[in-house]
Amino acid sequence: MKKTDICTIENSKIIVNKEVIFESQSKVFSEFAKEAYKSLELNYPKFHKMDNLSKLAFLASEMILKDGDHSKTAIVLANKSSSLDTDFKYQESINSQDNFFPSPAVFVYTLSNICVGEISIRHKMQTENAFFVLDEFDEKFLNDYSEQILESGKAEKVLCGWVELYQESYKAFVYLLTN
Amino acid sequence: MENLQTELKHKIIEVLNLEDVSVEEIKDTDPLFGGGLGLDSIDALELIVLLDKDYGIKLADPKKGKEIFQSIDTMAKFIEENRTK
Repeated sequence: MKKTDICTIENSKIIVNKEVIFESQSKVFSEFAKEAYKSLELNYPKFHKMDNLSKLAFLASEMILKDGDHSKTAIVLANKSSSLDTDFKYQESINSQDNFFPSPAVFVYTLSNICVGEISIRHKMQTENAFFVLDEFDEKFLNDYSEQILESGKAEKVLCGWVELYQESYKAFVYLLTN
Repeated sequence: MENLQTELKHKIIEVLNLEDVSVEEIKDTDPLFGGGLGLDSIDALELIVLLDKDYGIKLADPKKGKEIFQSIDTMAKFIEENRTK
C-alpha cells in the first residue's frame, strides 16, 4: 500500500507534499478558511454553508482530490472531538426558552461524518466511507481499515486521515492510499 | 414594501451564508429556488425560521413555503399580510 499525496492543515497553513501552498495571518479558523477558499479559487459556494469541521475536511481533501477521477476512491477519516464544536453552537441556539429558534442549517452538521458526505457530494463519490472517533490519531488503525477496503476491491484509492477541530484548535492530516 | 424587499435580500444573504451573492444580484421576481441562488431544502427550513424569528409568523403548514418562497416579491407580500412584529 502506497501513501501518495499528503495534506496538512494547522497553524493557519496548508501544506501539500511538504510545500506550503497557503498561509494566513489569521488565527481565527473561519477567517483562515475563507481566505484559503478565495486564494485557492475553489469556486464551490456550498463551502460557506458548512460548519468548521466540514470546512477543514473539505479544504484538506480538495488539495488531494481536485484533479482526477474519484469514482473509485473511498474515504476513511477520524478525529477526537467528533462534531462537538457544532453541537455546542446548536445547543446555544436552543438554550433560551424565550428565544428558541433552532437552526436547521446548524443542526445538519451535528454529526461528525457529515464532512465525509460533503466531500462525497463535491466529487460525486458513491463509495465506502467511515468516520471514527478516537482518542488520538492512530495511523495504523486507519491504514489497516483502508487496506481491507482496497483488498476487497470496493475501491482503488482511499482518502484517509485525521480531521480534528474544536473551537480554535484544529489540525488536518489527510493522505491518499493506493495499492 | 420596497424597503422590506431590500431588507429580505440582506437577511437571506446573511442567514443562508450566500457569501458570493450581492443584494443587487437578487431581482424581486427571480425564483428563489431552482434558480441561480442554488438554494436547497435546508435553506427552505431556514427561511421558515426567519419568518418566525424576525416577523412573528409561524408557518403551520411547511408545504405553503413553496408558494411563499417563490420570489422576494411573494415573500414580502406574505410578510406584509401576516407579520405580528
